[in-house]
Amino acid sequence: MSPDGKAAPLLEVAGLHARIGDKEILKGLSLEVKAGEVHAIMGPNGSGKSTLAGVLAGREVAEVTAGTARLDGKDLLAMSPEQRAVAGVFLGFQYPVEIPGVGNLYFLRTALNALRKARGEDPLDAVDFLELAREKMKLVEMDPSFGSRAVNEGFSGGEKKRNEVLQMAVLEPRLAILDEIDSGLDIDALRIVAKGVEALRHPDRATVLVTHYQRLLEHVVPDRIHVMAGGRIVLSGGRELALELERKGYAWIDEEAKRGAWAEAAQVTS
Amino acid sequence: MTDAIRELTEQKYKYGFVTDVPEDRIRKGLDEDVVRLISQKKGEPQFLLDFRLKAYRHWLTMEEPRWAHVRYKPIDYQEIVYYSAPRPRKKLGSMDEVDPELKAAFEKLGIPLEEQARLANVAVDAVFDSVSVATTFKKKLADLGIVFGSFSDAVKEHPELVERYLGSVVPHADNYFAALNSAVFSDGSFAYVPKGVRCPMELSTYFRINAADTGQFERTLIVADEGSYVSYLEGCTAPVRDENQLHAAVVELVALDGAEIKYSTVQNWYPGDAEGKGGIYNFVTKRAKAMRKAKVSWTQVETGSAITWKYPSCILQGDDSVGEFYSVALTNNRQQADTGTKMIHIGKNTRSTIISKGISAGRGQNTYRGQVKVLKGAENARNFSQCDSLLIGDRCGAHTFPYIEVRNPTAKVEHEATTSKISEDQLFYCRQRGISEEDAVSMIVNGFARQVLKELPMEFAVEAQKLLGMSLEGSVG
Repeated sequence: MSPDGKAAPLLEVAGLHARIGDKEILKGLSLEVKAGEVHAIMGPNGSGKSTLAGVLAGREVAEVTAGTARLDGKDLLAMSPEQRAVAGVFLGFQYPVEIPGVGNLYFLRTALNALRKARGEDPLDAVDFLELAREKMKLVEMDPSFGSRAVNEGFSGGEKKRNEVLQMAVLEPRLAILDEIDSGLDIDALRIVAKGVEALRHPDRATVLVTHYQRLLEHVVPDRIHVMAGGRIVLSGGRELALELERKGYAWIDEEAKRGAWAEAAQVTS
Repeated sequence: MTDAIRELTEQKYKYGFVTDVPEDRIRKGLDEDVVRLISQKKGEPQFLLDFRLKAYRHWLTMEEPRWAHVRYKPIDYQEIVYYSAPRPRKKLGSMDEVDPELKAAFEKLGIPLEEQARLANVAVDAVFDSVSVATTFKKKLADLGIVFGSFSDAVKEHPELVERYLGSVVPHADNYFAALNSAVFSDGSFAYVPKGVRCPMELSTYFRINAADTGQFERTLIVADEGSYVSYLEGCTAPVRDENQLHAAVVELVALDGAEIKYSTVQNWYPGDAEGKGGIYNFVTKRAKAMRKAKVSWTQVETGSAITWKYPSCILQGDDSVGEFYSVALTNNRQQADTGTKMIHIGKNTRSTIISKGISAGRGQNTYRGQVKVLKGAENARNFSQCDSLLIGDRCGAHTFPYIEVRNPTAKVEHEATTSKISEDQLFYCRQRGISEEDAVSMIVNGFARQVLKELPMEFAVEAQKLLGMSLEGSVG
């Protein structure tokens, strides 16, 4: 429960530990995201940002050893990846995967209808779906020819990222976690991706942007910014935090984290 | 490996039932008397008996081929029953008189023999064990001069066509299994499309092995006369039995000048159980001859059989003739497939395309074996081959053996090959979007095979997609 007595957070992560092989990557991470908010998680390479995104979506690479993650109070960690998708978790991939021979819109329609079916809704027929998809493709300024091409096959880096945003726009998740959605994008693509993220802003939904750079945050203004280092959130704040990071770099945080001086701060701020 | 992939090896074969019908079967074993007996039972003309005996005598001098990348216990040819037929209650006058048990068996397989029950524009010839039990739409086709029905009927009604073309593409001594087939074949399908006629419906044969210990040796002969067109579909299933059963068929296609034949197969013989017990040995010879400006297109989806040994081929005899081969072969559990094609370029400006997609799961072994041969006179011959393999899990195998032989310097031959795996990343990507693991595997496999599946006639393509899903885990579809 949040101290101000308002509704429970949409996403509530507490004391999360996870390891890959023998290496502990997340070391007691805590995070709360309320419906209607956009959060950014920043941090140097290797701080555990992508692992966190993967763990929340159910990627099996990392093993959770302690802690909890709840969406609407439901235990995310007990669910399969597809159950989490049904619950409303969407992961925008840092490296979107190619599926040769499977049409891009066919894939998206299969996904949408799988979610609808699991939620007890009727499937969308081909005509209604196409209408929806066309509208959303316009939003991300994607040429209609991308609809019939195979999923991500032969797409440029920017096209792949836009395709992730298209999927997000069609699936309308409750919680979108976008993992380095801005990496490798030119300024136009960055603007389009930001537009897609902004379009999803809704009082019932939330977005978590995982990013290394603050330039995305010039286009999408987050409500909260968290800084990760050494597998924990070591600092949280408003937009000014991003600017400070831009000026000072991550080195100072890294150094502090290594010395463990931020461990207590992490407990306090999250 | 993930659960869905492990479950691949636990699929059930849903066509495994046995139909109880009275059989007319001969004693086990093979000798010259058996060959004569089969011919006599079928009331055949002398030329056919001569063909059989010639083949049988040659077969005795041959040895079973061992070059394929498949392993199995030696076949005891004296333990096989070479002729078994559902005993007809009387001579069939119409479809209504087909044994209801038989009709029910085909209904269960999704092949209704009632013409009015068929929604699609497909004429069906149903072959049960050794004989054809029913052919639909015969009359409608006859009005166009198209002959379509059982091989036995063709022998009786059009002996001149059979005599002229039988063995013209696959000679009686062609190979071990073709020679065996030539000696003992019992039935099969025959089609003849006259000059300039475009066959208005798909012609389809449905093969079913039912009886125990029998081999199925059917023979299909399709002749497309000058400028004609025909699309032909073939499907097959068999009951679940612990013993291996032999299926050694021969298919001959003759495409005369300017004709086009499209031949599609969905092969779903019983593949044996998860430990490799039982299943059909499928040793099949399929070959087409294409004359001037003719085109032959083979499309196959091979999901069944314990062992598949099959190379649908094209002899591009005439100038400007075209041969195509599109194949999806899926091996799961202990299945083994050694399949591919031969494209023999003889005429000038002949073109061929080979697209082969091998999918291996469980402990399946999948081999593509193909030959492209350009003879001296084949000016400007062109070939493009693409062989892709998809591995599911880490206990299966994929092998590619392309043979290329070019004797004309103007020829252009291209070969591409890839091997890939269904990655955990692909599965996670699908699942993160809400698609179950099973559906994801099925979707990825179908995507991999799409280039081939799109060559199938529409209705068949849907069936084939379902079959690929089913062969992988038994519940998707």
